[in-house]
Amino acid sequence: MAIGRKEVEHIAALARLSLGEEEKIRLEKDLNAILGYVEKLNALDTQGIEPTSHTLEITNAFREDLLQPFKKGEKILENSPARHEAFFQVPPIAEEVSST
Amino acid sequence: MTLLPAYPTIRALSEALKKREISSTEVTRAYLNRIDHLDDRIKAYLHVDAETALKEAHRADELLQGGEGTPLTGIPMGIKDVICMEGIPNTCGSKILQNYIPPYSATVIEKLHKEHVVFLGKLNMDEFAMGSSTENSRFQVTRNPWDLERIPGGSSGGSAAAVAAALCAGALGTDTGGSIRQPASLCGIVGLKPTYGRVSRFGLVAFASSLDQIGPMTRSVWDAALLLNVISGHDPKDSTSMPKEVPDYTANLDRGLKGLRIGIPKEYFIEGIDEEVATSVHEAIEAMKDAGAEIVDLSLPHTEYAIATYYIIATAEASSNLARYDGVRYGFRESTAGTLREMYEKTRSEGFGTEVKRRIMLGTYVLSAGYYDAYYRKAQQVRTLIRKDFSEAFKHCDVLVTPTSPTPAFKIGEKTENPLQMYLSDIFTISANLAGIPGISVPCGWTSSHLPIGLQFLGNTFGEQWILRAAHGFEEIFPFAKRFPPIFEE
Repeated sequence: MAIGRKEVEHIAALARLSLGEEEKIRLEKDLNAILGYVEKLNALDTQGIEPTSHTLEITNAFREDLLQPFKKGEKILENSPARHEAFFQVPPIAEEVSST
Repeated sequence: MTLLPAYPTIRALSEALKKREISSTEVTRAYLNRIDHLDDRIKAYLHVDAETALKEAHRADELLQGGEGTPLTGIPMGIKDVICMEGIPNTCGSKILQNYIPPYSATVIEKLHKEHVVFLGKLNMDEFAMGSSTENSRFQVTRNPWDLERIPGGSSGGSAAAVAAALCAGALGTDTGGSIRQPASLCGIVGLKPTYGRVSRFGLVAFASSLDQIGPMTRSVWDAALLLNVISGHDPKDSTSMPKEVPDYTANLDRGLKGLRIGIPKEYFIEGIDEEVATSVHEAIEAMKDAGAEIVDLSLPHTEYAIATYYIIATAEASSNLARYDGVRYGFRESTAGTLREMYEKTRSEGFGTEVKRRIMLGTYVLSAGYYDAYYRKAQQVRTLIRKDFSEAFKHCDVLVTPTSPTPAFKIGEKTENPLQMYLSDIFTISANLAGIPGISVPCGWTSSHLPIGLQFLGNTFGEQWILRAAHGFEEIFPFAKRFPPIFEE
């Protein structure tokens, strides 16, 4: 399953990365090399084998849904690259609709 | 400068502090002086906070003078820059987090804080713990104290180099595919990756959530056991930490090697392994046999699939964990963007380095529509086979012994152009993360050019006591805690 330029661009868009020309060339080469290597898993017959998503002997960890106030909200906001009062500020999320 | 060689381990420092032969303030000053003197060449630290460290040392001295305190009180430590400490910058070696100041501390930090450990600062690492050489840090390349032209291993390369060069008495690292054990091996120190679920990860910046684990990096096995005592245990803030009793890991270390069944998996003694590494590991096995251990030859048949399995699972998990870095709430933002989407893309493209982007791309691909079954599900199934190999092996032995790394430390720049070659340097450590089992690396020799060689003990799930006993037994035969790199003499 070789990856071409189009797939590299598609994956980058999914991952919210904008890649330069050189990066695209490099990634196409690297990803194909790595995917070529992982092909070796196909040598194994895994039919009927349960997948492992984690190795813990527990399935769920429940707790009471209790209110636990966090008093350092201001410190969280101080970390934001741009803020307005108690809000995180971001660029416009929708394009302006031109009125006619 | 003469203070530290006299007390090479946490244990030795701790006894001297308790007897008040020395004070924590003196010890802390000695480490801070060494950092001042040497770290511009080693570059282990990303952030040093001398003022706070000396305050903590002073407080520790007050406690010790009053006959209070624990074996860790007043011991100066360094922390890998992926474990959050309130009020201290936490970068993960990444530009995308360069301005991030955590508003809270990780549970392991709270636990060490309660013991009145002295925190010297934060240690360098591969960006988001992705790498095996610490060359992927966006800030600096850490040098191996045994040879400054070589890498210290990774991703906890700053932690390993700092412990090796006595820039701290012990450190915390993290291990997702070998990131504690491999640098420990390459720097000639002890590195322990606990069982998945043994140590709380609350406050640890996530890379691959089904694999990440925090562990100690020290100069002796006893020191690692002591730190494990403190950092282990269930944490209500981390639902993946197991509600399981924590034994005293320093007890029973002296039980020795006699009668211990040591498994030797044939797949770990392959072609391509450095000759001096192979010789040294074989000699170690012989020495343990002479000390009364029983050697059991066995097989872990799916070993050769571990790296392929790992690079699907780890990158898939990383691609979703790293989706949170969007420039909105913390860290770096590329501010010239016109729209929100553009801001995300520019922030991530500039904020992440080459290897991180490579892994995000790979992880996104293996999880994308149409490929999930072929890659991700397949890898999870092979992961089951790898786990079964280990549970079968531990029916016949108490611990497994392998080399930690197929080669000693390589030269800076040697493998940066070939990511697959770099991935292969984790070939002996990765399986333990996939199986969730504990592993420890201890020094077992030095090459003719004075580079450390590491021996790895692997144990069954929650079998830390077994690997610590075996590693300690080996340390009795081959004492290594007092071996310092030549740079130490300067």
